[in-house]
Amino acid sequence: MIDTTAILFYVFSGILLGSAMMVVTARNTVHSVLFLILAFFNAAGLFVLAQAEFLAMILVIVYVGAVAVLFLFVVMMLDVQLSQLRRSAKGYTLIGSLVGSVLAIELIFLMLNWKISSNAPDLTTTPLSLYQGMSNTEALGNLLYTHYALAFQGAGLILLIAMIGAIALTLRHREGVRKQIVGDQLSRQAKESLRLVDIPSRSGT
Amino acid sequence: MLGFYMPDFRLILPEGILVVAALFLVMEGVFRKNVTFRSLVHHALLALIAALIVLIFMHQPGYKEVTFEGQILQNDFIYLAELLVLIGATAVMAMSLPSMIKENFVSFEYPPLILFATVGMLLMVVANDFMTLFIGLEMQGLSLYCLAALKRDQIKTSEAALKYFVLGGLATALYLYGVSLIYGFTGSTNFETISSVIRIESMEELSIGLFLGVVFIMASLSFKVSAVPFHMWTPDVYQGCPSSVTAFIAAAPKVAAMVVFLRIMAGPFLLLYGEWQSLIVLISLASMILGAFAALRQNDLKRLLAYSAIGQMGYVLMGIAAGNDEGAQAVFVYLLIYMVMIIGIFGCLMCLRGKNTEGIQNIEDLSGISTLHPKISFILAIFMFSMAGIPPFAGFFAKLYVFKAAISAGFFGLAVVGVLTSVVASYYYLKIVKVMYFDEIPAAPSFSYGQALVLSAEIKIVLNICAAIILLFFAFPNPVLQMAQQAALALPI
Repeated sequence: MIDTTAILFYVFSGILLGSAMMVVTARNTVHSVLFLILAFFNAAGLFVLAQAEFLAMILVIVYVGAVAVLFLFVVMMLDVQLSQLRRSAKGYTLIGSLVGSVLAIELIFLMLNWKISSNAPDLTTTPLSLYQGMSNTEALGNLLYTHYALAFQGAGLILLIAMIGAIALTLRHREGVRKQIVGDQLSRQAKESLRLVDIPSRSGT
Repeated sequence: MLGFYMPDFRLILPEGILVVAALFLVMEGVFRKNVTFRSLVHHALLALIAALIVLIFMHQPGYKEVTFEGQILQNDFIYLAELLVLIGATAVMAMSLPSMIKENFVSFEYPPLILFATVGMLLMVVANDFMTLFIGLEMQGLSLYCLAALKRDQIKTSEAALKYFVLGGLATALYLYGVSLIYGFTGSTNFETISSVIRIESMEELSIGLFLGVVFIMASLSFKVSAVPFHMWTPDVYQGCPSSVTAFIAAAPKVAAMVVFLRIMAGPFLLLYGEWQSLIVLISLASMILGAFAALRQNDLKRLLAYSAIGQMGYVLMGIAAGNDEGAQAVFVYLLIYMVMIIGIFGCLMCLRGKNTEGIQNIEDLSGISTLHPKISFILAIFMFSMAGIPPFAGFFAKLYVFKAAISAGFFGLAVVGVLTSVVASYYYLKIVKVMYFDEIPAAPSFSYGQALVLSAEIKIVLNICAAIILLFFAFPNPVLQMAQQAALALPI
């Protein structure tokens, strides 16, 4: 039983890392986005393995269902010349690899000094005592809406600011555009728009 | 964790007032027919003043309370920081109206976004938890990116806003990575818990992951205060944005970020002092040197002010590097005086207008305006002398306290470099005074700047108060010093 979990873990994380690499290296931007979606699915698989079903489903719904599809649209609509971008990025190879290697060395140091607490295996197998008997969703909701309510409201405000910003930066008021105003159209009455005119015969209009 | 305690909402009352006012302003801008930009700005100003009054009247000296399950803290330190942020936002809001109308930059999103940015800064300052701090940082950051991009018909503004946004996103990523490392190695995001975990763990050996997390957080905060390795956005953003937005970005957010910097370093990571201190010394040195030398060749006034801001932040970081009570007090005094000077300088620049709608751009545009507008150029000269650190103006004392703190902590080299760079920097501050007073008004037809003066009652009040503070600080320094001292004492140093 443990073996299947371990095998699944390595399969999911292997594909996740591989597709993440492909997101960066793929020649075609559409392919990159598709690899991104694959990476999201595998991350969701990892969440399921960690018994975080709610997070897994949210990841699939929000990231695969909405964000990645949006990415796909944007990538298809914009004419991004990736090869040109690559060429201009070549100038930064030296400094980029320098910074990258410093970071890599730091992370390797981190891995070398990794200490695992003696009671770590127990902690990973037993759920938190406070949340025993609660479903995933209930525990998350409790945390989010009761204990971190302030941060949650703040996050809501940040989204509002993002909306205001997006509208302020893109909305243009054009003159002479004929827009549909559904309310006005539906509330139109016959007597407002229809006029019966008596035309004497043989006189024309 | 499951038990629920009613949080003390009084501690976030100023934030609450501003949020409600900002939402109201958005609604007003969208739905009220023929609402004027002027009335929106005035309503926002009223909200800011209301928040300021509530903050002042709710404050009791020596009071300390933690609420929202440890996510929010209130004490003397935070009170002073909130006061500075609110005063900065109010002053810029009060001054910005005439120049914005002149520049034809009247989008009704401006007042609510300023209010949201102020709420973000207040949240940053009161946060006692890395989650709340993140919310504050993002709220502030996102509002500022939007403000920077609001004037969308100019290519330079869009470029500046894009740079600001992309680099800000990078800083956020660094912050989150650092916080995740710290959460991984201490098991908490709460400042007090982290501090006690570090105290217990430091008996044995501390993990390197913790240091890595601290370094990442320092990097992202250095971006916010535009200290040297992360300063690249500052000149472009200062130059590209409309003056009123630049004034806002230059004043309150710098103060808020610097206070958070001090609070994090002296709060949860105080015991790692030996590790972060050398980094701060390095950042401080680099900022002072770059701020002094890079500004020498600048001709654009706002770019010059950006480099000068980088240098000034280097001096403030010196106070943090000292890592003692005196340093914290010096940081507060410096931030207060810096904010007053920068508001004053931008106020003067916003008043001066050309025949066209545009404002002052290059230093030459100021040539000889002392004969045209003696009052404004006198006030601007005072601020420049103060920036250069010439006694008896307040800027001198700000630098003095910082140097004193650095010397008392044993950083003689840092203090010497600080004095030397301030000598170099005084060249370009005094050059502006020289251009104003000793250069002739050019007769060339291309000259069209600085001829007209756009004033309003609010600008006059703000400028007079700023000039009075700078001029009279040497005679009555005690109120400021006492407040800063009380704030410093509330820190766990």
